[in-house]
Amino acid sequence: MLYKLWMSVYKEFLLLKRDMGGVITLFLMPLVLIITVTLIQDSSYKKGNESKIPILLVDYDKGNVSKTIFDNLQKSKVFSVVTAIDNVPLTETVAKEAVFKGKYQMAVIIPSHLSADLQEKIDQNVQKIVSSLGFADSSAVKPKAKLVNQKEVRLYFDPAVELSFKAGVMNGIDKMISQIETKSIYTAFQEQLGEEDSKFEQKSFITFKEIVPKINNKDITPNSVQHNVPAWTLFAIFFIVIPLSINMVKEKSQGTFVRLRTNPVPNAVVLGGKTVMYLIICQFQFYMMVVVAVFLFPRLGLPALNVEGNLTLMSIVALFSGLAAIGFGILIGTIAKTQEQSAPFGATSVIILAAVGGVWVPVFAMPKIMQVIAQSSPMNWGLEAFYDVLLRNGTFWDLVPELFLLVAFFVVTTTLALLYDKKKRAV
Amino acid sequence: MKSIIQISNLSKIYKDAEMYSLDNFSLDIKEGQIFGLLGPNGAGKTTLISILCGLIKPTSGSFTIDNLVYDKNTNDIQKIIGVVPQEYALYPTLTARENLEYFGSMYGLKGNNLKEKVIDSLDFLGLLKFADKRIETFSGGMKRRVNLIAGILHNPKILFLDEPTVGVDVHSKNVIIGYLKELNKSGTTIIYTSHHLSEAQDFCTDIAIVDHGKIYAEGTPKDLIGATANARNLEDVFISLTGKELRDAV
Repeated sequence: MLYKLWMSVYKEFLLLKRDMGGVITLFLMPLVLIITVTLIQDSSYKKGNESKIPILLVDYDKGNVSKTIFDNLQKSKVFSVVTAIDNVPLTETVAKEAVFKGKYQMAVIIPSHLSADLQEKIDQNVQKIVSSLGFADSSAVKPKAKLVNQKEVRLYFDPAVELSFKAGVMNGIDKMISQIETKSIYTAFQEQLGEEDSKFEQKSFITFKEIVPKINNKDITPNSVQHNVPAWTLFAIFFIVIPLSINMVKEKSQGTFVRLRTNPVPNAVVLGGKTVMYLIICQFQFYMMVVVAVFLFPRLGLPALNVEGNLTLMSIVALFSGLAAIGFGILIGTIAKTQEQSAPFGATSVIILAAVGGVWVPVFAMPKIMQVIAQSSPMNWGLEAFYDVLLRNGTFWDLVPELFLLVAFFVVTTTLALLYDKKKRAV
Repeated sequence: MKSIIQISNLSKIYKDAEMYSLDNFSLDIKEGQIFGLLGPNGAGKTTLISILCGLIKPTSGSFTIDNLVYDKNTNDIQKIIGVVPQEYALYPTLTARENLEYFGSMYGLKGNNLKEKVIDSLDFLGLLKFADKRIETFSGGMKRRVNLIAGILHNPKILFLDEPTVGVDVHSKNVIIGYLKELNKSGTTIIYTSHHLSEAQDFCTDIAIVDHGKIYAEGTPKDLIGATANARNLEDVFISLTGKELRDAV
């Protein structure tokens, strides 16, 4: 039986060898994918981003507040502030039109007298508090309080801008304004209390520090490479579903499948030959991606993938993920009657499994129901196992649950394929 | 002569079908015969061969092949039968040699024995010089010959042939029929289906005319022609038994 298995593996090798275009696509496209996606997503993880997003700032205030907003935005590593187009200072109408036409992603409109009115409002409030505490000068003639209306900083967003980006920016600006308000309140108190010399400590009392796991005493700081390489490697591995299912459908249409069914060889051996060959391809894909991530990425200005001490465990995860992908491909190839059925179904289902599995959007950011569904995606199991190795300093035993699920998926899908074939023949 | 295939009351009705494809079908095929199964489209010939080869299961009834019971000895039966399907059933991007070595290996042939059998068969059927060419570059007749070799490399005791000469030129047809006769002389029992009635008349030692899943007549070509009034050949017998109406079905 081993000889028949070996010959089946060799046959699959020859079939692939004769389709060099297909093989090159199988290896090249995942590499192109991983390089492209990592370069694009790198900016989300990088602290020093070179490609800043230009935003429009219309300053009707010309005061301290608008200057602080301008300075903070300009200092940020995300935005570059634009206050004039073609040397013509911006107005709200021009900015609004430019944003709504998609030329810029957002515009911030700072209303007139914002700084003065903010100061006025704060002064009034502080004065009230100080008076109520009995610190006010009773002989001083109280000026009549000026009526200060609420001010509105208007934001315009390109409708194509993602909601998460929008929320992030709004949150940032809100924080910036709160800081300005706080600073102004402190200053007003100082002035009212006549204590210009002993300044209030205006620095935040509460600070944040992210404690990250360590490997070999080195911090594991998540970067685009550590997230993207496992995610897109899995995606590429699962795309093996398409050539594998097409291979099986072709065997049916060529009649070779029927011939094999009349030969004294179990279907499991024929499928075993495919499994071994495609598993070898999956491993090759994985190692090529690792080579690219370790050696090519630094030349492209990306961080290198740190595989130090991780390669064996990563290889095991890739192997088990490959098994799961092959089982799925075998099931599709068994059920599909034509390539028109297997190819689109295979491609779409892999994309769905990737989306559900957290390749694009992290599982924790998904709605509750999707988080539950995500647990059933083999790509999620593979991804979690890769993250265990690369980011959580996991050992082999930490991977066992995910590896078990991946093998179980292979066993279930292959058994279903064998049962389906048997049932079809009993019709 | 010793019976090599014994079929008893075999019936097959496909899911959602209104009629039986095989209806209480019984047949006894003797060792060394070239047995022709002739019938119009939808008569049940392919269903019968598919059941005998283990591709599909019967609804009821039983059969033995070389005294092996079908559902208990499937693997043993598959070792002694050879199947030549109507479609080419070869990998187009592999060469003739690669295809044959692969299918031969599935019968457990290996090493020099396998290589020599492949070379001898290709040589006998005039294909040796094309051994290392891809099947996709072959003509219909060449593919048909490779298709035949793939079914007989392991010297089967029983060979099932489904339309082995369909779509080939006269030269290829003669080579194929000549080869099959040689094979039969060496002891292989042949079960053959065809729509070429004149070919069947010359080639087969025994014939069963099948229609609606039943045997309408059985005997040697000569006996069948003799038993039918005004019949000059097998075609007259066939028309007389199965009628002239078209058998198109979807």
